[in-house]
Amino acid sequence: MIKLENLVKDYGNLRAVDHINFQVEEGEILGFLGPNGAGKSTTLKMLTSYLSPTEGNIQVDDLNIFDNSIEIRKLIGYLPEHNPLYTEMTVYDYLHFIAEAREIDSKKFKKVLKNVVEKCGLNGVISKPIQTLSKGYRQRVGLAQAIIHDPKILILDEPTSGLDPNQIVEIRELIKELGKEKTLIISSHILQEVQAVCDRIIIINKGKIVADGSTEELKSNLQGKTKLTLDVIADEDSLAKIVDYVHNISVHSIKNIGEKTFKTIIEYDSVIDKRAEIYNYIKKQDWTLLEMHRENVSLEDVFRNLTVEEGAN
Amino acid sequence: MSYTALIAKKEIKSYFNSPTAYIVLTVFLLMAGWFFSSPLFLNNSSDLRTLFGIIPIIYIFFIPAITMGLISKEKNIGTIETLTTLPIKDSEIIYGKFWASMGLIVTGLLFTGVHLITITLLGTNVDFGAIFCGYLGLILLGAVYSSIGIFTSSLTDNQIISFIISLLIVSFFFMIQFTLQILPSGLVGFFQYISTGYHLSNISRGVIDTRNIVYFLSLTALFLKLATIVMESRKWK
Repeated sequence: MIKLENLVKDYGNLRAVDHINFQVEEGEILGFLGPNGAGKSTTLKMLTSYLSPTEGNIQVDDLNIFDNSIEIRKLIGYLPEHNPLYTEMTVYDYLHFIAEAREIDSKKFKKVLKNVVEKCGLNGVISKPIQTLSKGYRQRVGLAQAIIHDPKILILDEPTSGLDPNQIVEIRELIKELGKEKTLIISSHILQEVQAVCDRIIIINKGKIVADGSTEELKSNLQGKTKLTLDVIADEDSLAKIVDYVHNISVHSIKNIGEKTFKTIIEYDSVIDKRAEIYNYIKKQDWTLLEMHRENVSLEDVFRNLTVEEGAN
Repeated sequence: MSYTALIAKKEIKSYFNSPTAYIVLTVFLLMAGWFFSSPLFLNNSSDLRTLFGIIPIIYIFFIPAITMGLISKEKNIGTIETLTTLPIKDSEIIYGKFWASMGLIVTGLLFTGVHLITITLLGTNVDFGAIFCGYLGLILLGAVYSSIGIFTSSLTDNQIISFIISLLIVSFFFMIQFTLQILPSGLVGFFQYISTGYHLSNISRGVIDTRNIVYFLSLTALFLKLATIVMESRKWK
């Protein structure tokens, strides 16, 4: 449904988006993830015709962004980053203005408004000026604005940034609800958010796609490592030699945390469980095991690895 | 409703929903009223010449003030992104904003109609033709200044900067007429032609010449086109 081909955007000498290719199918909920400044917003701005690509093309169905910008804009509902609103207008006036711009005639408007107000939970604030609303309500107004014309495609740029935890949960529920009937692209630099609502995640860093797959795939394929933390009373020299006895593991770090007590972090592929072997080795050495703690590498680590390592180069 | 009309309606609403319109209109009318009425009995003639003389000067501040925020404010708070990702062309946005500022200018001019009532009641032999031409000239001049204000507003996200730049450009067009004596004779013709004062005085004298009208309209169109180009420049590769 949406196809980005070799998309490049330069701001002067800075390449913000660097040959991005991906497709979004109808009904998909795509999470667009990356650290701040990775090029997420720039990509979305090109998709919504706010900016033009330096190179490459964007297609929505059979339309392309250069020749059919207006038609594409009609298909899209867009919540820009920071949710800009005409704060001096009332919610009603604002939605009325957007509805007119979206060519919803005044007969239909009443029905549309009722529907949107219900969906976004705007009951009771409809006649208030936007500037008097809390951030959570403003976000709802922004969402209402984006869905008022019932678009096929909904693009939300950091929809929960700056909200408190309760508001985040509310907005997330709302987004999930909207995702049932629309093709949805959400950008975020917060992992849990994308994890919570998306089927598919694209991670982007420095303008390039560094990972693309379903939430589960990303977890298992990209970095299927287990981190094992041991607190053990042993002697340091032979502790390091554990790698000679248990194969396919690596010692990440050994730290002295008390009298002959060492905190050891071991990493291995999640495919085979090495805990028994490691325990047997410790038993054989007659060390005292105080604690053994396993951590699966979370999506958060994947994200950090992909983006920080790249960034260090 | 066309998108241009939609934008114009939105801007007019926002003028009158905030104190801006009331404050600038009040100042405009107070100044115009003061300069019109204080020499009224001294001049002892039933025309609006003093009014038509002072309004172009008030315009120099009035019009940059009402146009400075039209685009720069949207840029500043980011609503420009919502607006330009709606299925509306940039040129329709510019024209909508232009008509809104014209709406406010014409509202101001309509209020000066009280002075017209004064002189019709007090005076004799009021030359309505000249008065019509005077107002026509003021509307055309307002259009030029508005387009300049919208152009400078599109350049920046800071209203004050927009105000100052449009004040400078508008003053330039206004001041040329006073510099003609010191210019080399070869340049006089050209500078006289681009001076707003020259064309305005022709119209105010009661002569509606297409050359003067074409001058005002083409200058307006030029600056509105420039504003559209600046808006579209965000899409340059």
